[in-house]
Amino acid sequence: MPAVVMPNTADWLSQLAGVPMPARGQEDWRFTELAALQGLAPELWSGVDPFAQINLPAGISRIGADEAQGLQQQGLNSTGGGNVWSVRLNQGASPRCLALRVAGEAGPLQLHFDAGAAPGLLALQLVLVLEEGASLELLIQHGSSGPNATSFVVVAQLARGAKCNLGLLAPGDARASLLSHLSISQAPASSLQVTTAVGGWALSRLEPCIIQLEGAAQTRLRALQLVDGKELADTHSQVSFEGPDGQLDQLHKVVADGAGRSVFNGAVRVPRRAQQTNAAQLSRTLLLSERARVDTKPELEIVADDVKCAHGATISRLQQNELFYLQSRGIGAEQASRLLLRGYCEEVLRELPAAAAALNPLELLLRERL
Amino acid sequence: MIRPDAPVLLEITGLHARVEEQQILNGVNLIVRSGEIHAVMGRNGSGKSTLSKVLAGHPAYTITEGSITYLGSDLLELAPEQRSRLGLFLGFQYPVEIPGVSNLEFLRVSTNARRAQRGEEELDTFAFEDLVRERLKVVQMDPAFLNRSVNEGFSGGEKKRNEILQMALLEPLVAILDETDSGLDIDALRIVADGVNQLAGPDNATLLITHYQRLLDLITPDYVHVMAAGRILRTGGKELALELERTGYEWVDQELANLGREPAEVL
Ligand SMILES: Nc1ncnc2c1ncn2[C@@H]1O[C@H](COP(=O)(O)OP(=O)(O)OP(=O)(O)O)[C@@H](O)[C@H]1O
Ligand SMILES: [Mg+2]
Repeated sequence: MPAVVMPNTADWLSQLAGVPMPARGQEDWRFTELAALQGLAPELWSGVDPFAQINLPAGISRIGADEAQGLQQQGLNSTGGGNVWSVRLNQGASPRCLALRVAGEAGPLQLHFDAGAAPGLLALQLVLVLEEGASLELLIQHGSSGPNATSFVVVAQLARGAKCNLGLLAPGDARASLLSHLSISQAPASSLQVTTAVGGWALSRLEPCIIQLEGAAQTRLRALQLVDGKELADTHSQVSFEGPDGQLDQLHKVVADGAGRSVFNGAVRVPRRAQQTNAAQLSRTLLLSERARVDTKPELEIVADDVKCAHGATISRLQQNELFYLQSRGIGAEQASRLLLRGYCEEVLRELPAAAAALNPLELLLRERL
Repeated sequence: MIRPDAPVLLEITGLHARVEEQQILNGVNLIVRSGEIHAVMGRNGSGKSTLSKVLAGHPAYTITEGSITYLGSDLLELAPEQRSRLGLFLGFQYPVEIPGVSNLEFLRVSTNARRAQRGEEELDTFAFEDLVRERLKVVQMDPAFLNRSVNEGFSGGEKKRNEILQMALLEPLVAILDETDSGLDIDALRIVADGVNQLAGPDNATLLITHYQRLLDLITPDYVHVMAAGRILRTGGKELALELERTGYEWVDQELANLGREPAEVL
């Protein structure tokens, strides 16, 4: 198949990343057509710096640029994120960087990055250091209303006993793309929850890469991804256990409508030194259209022998008996479908950090389908 | 309460129905007038739940013959939601769990759909909370159940109480309760029976599908019907249920044989 990306945009992106754009031949990008980037003007986004005015709650302070640079390299090295195309693109696109240190119990933090209607590529970096015993609840909101792409790289490290509840709420635009990479390292006794809710982008690619440096930490991943129209949403997650007694609880939910495409690849790595790991991964897809395409692949590399690893994947339509139950209570077929769809999404959305409730994430993501 | 001049709410005539390729109902006839309580009994698999689901409009069943008239119009023309709005209620034998859908929200949407049909104003969340709290008393249910997902993780008995709560909110004209007594402990049975008795009145009717006399000790039926092989084989007063307690269903085989059918076909 000939490349559909406009030569100048593709060349420009390759130049920024220092390596050619991923091709479909590459395993990590096998199902992910980057054609959506073709509409992107080959220029950097030039709106108002989204980091310009951010009020930090008590317990959170800024880190200087040099230190942030070092921390980022270190974080990306530990997860292997440094070689990922999305990260290299981000680093080559003059990213704006926010680096924060969290000590003790910090107040909730909310960051909103809206690429708006301005064209071009917006590159953002967030570096987070949670000190020993620190806790943070962070809600990141992405948005767009124009032909642009947001590249977002988060590098976070959780020291011993740290707790981080990270939410990413990203209702998109059918002309826009979102490429988001998260490299997060966890020391023992730390606990991490990452909840992502993405929908409405021409192209979205999420790469949560979590490493439990010595095991013995808790990781909870919750994801909802919606595709409709000709949208493509891709999540490539990776959780690695580098020591014993680690826990993972992962739920990935998809709503696939229209001629949308959804890709989920969930890697879990449990080497021999990670005995007593307890990992569960469940992927669920609600298929609302015959034309939608869904590719789901758990990728479990389990070498340790004394572990509990469960995984499952389901693809279903709206349940007829559930629909009938609602109808038999006077609720019309359409409204009943909407209620069921909402219920399906709520299971993930209600796990976003508390600040999300006021934003009405369901409405943001489902829009007219509500 | 039997009043020969009471208006007919529901009339089923010669009803035949099948699911997939399986013929299940073979000519059900039944007339229900307002004020009446009917008990429907019969062996497992005789078609009781099928009849109730056909009445509620379940899409899996096809009517091959016969008619159902509800409040003077053709029930089979109506979508399931319209039937409910017009006051037909089915308490399910197996209420469905719906994860993620709040019970409170579900009850409110459902109640408002019925109210709109009756020309009553819609209740906002606050007004509805008041109403639901009052109706919770009918089934002595803990308000905590309102904040959970519909039936999700409810015990068998809790699901049945949730069904009666819905009945109390929807104030149906014809309530069909499919084995609402099954799986209830003794106290819960009494609570549910009290609830049904409170809601039964001269202007509505109740169809109780049950296997047990103990429910009919608490709710006195005007008629008892015995279903077999997809039809109503015998109808009597409350004493018929007591007789069944003594005799069981063996006579059913004989009677069906007299009707020219092999018992083997029945099972
Ligand atoms: N979807 C279906 N496909 C095939 N057969 C069915 C289906 N649904 C019901 N049946 C059959 O129809 C018959 C009647 O079932 P129904 O549930 O109406 O019985 P019932 O009288 O309610 O029994 P119970 O007392 O056990 O609740 C049974 O033999 C049942 O297996
Ligand atoms: Mg039954």
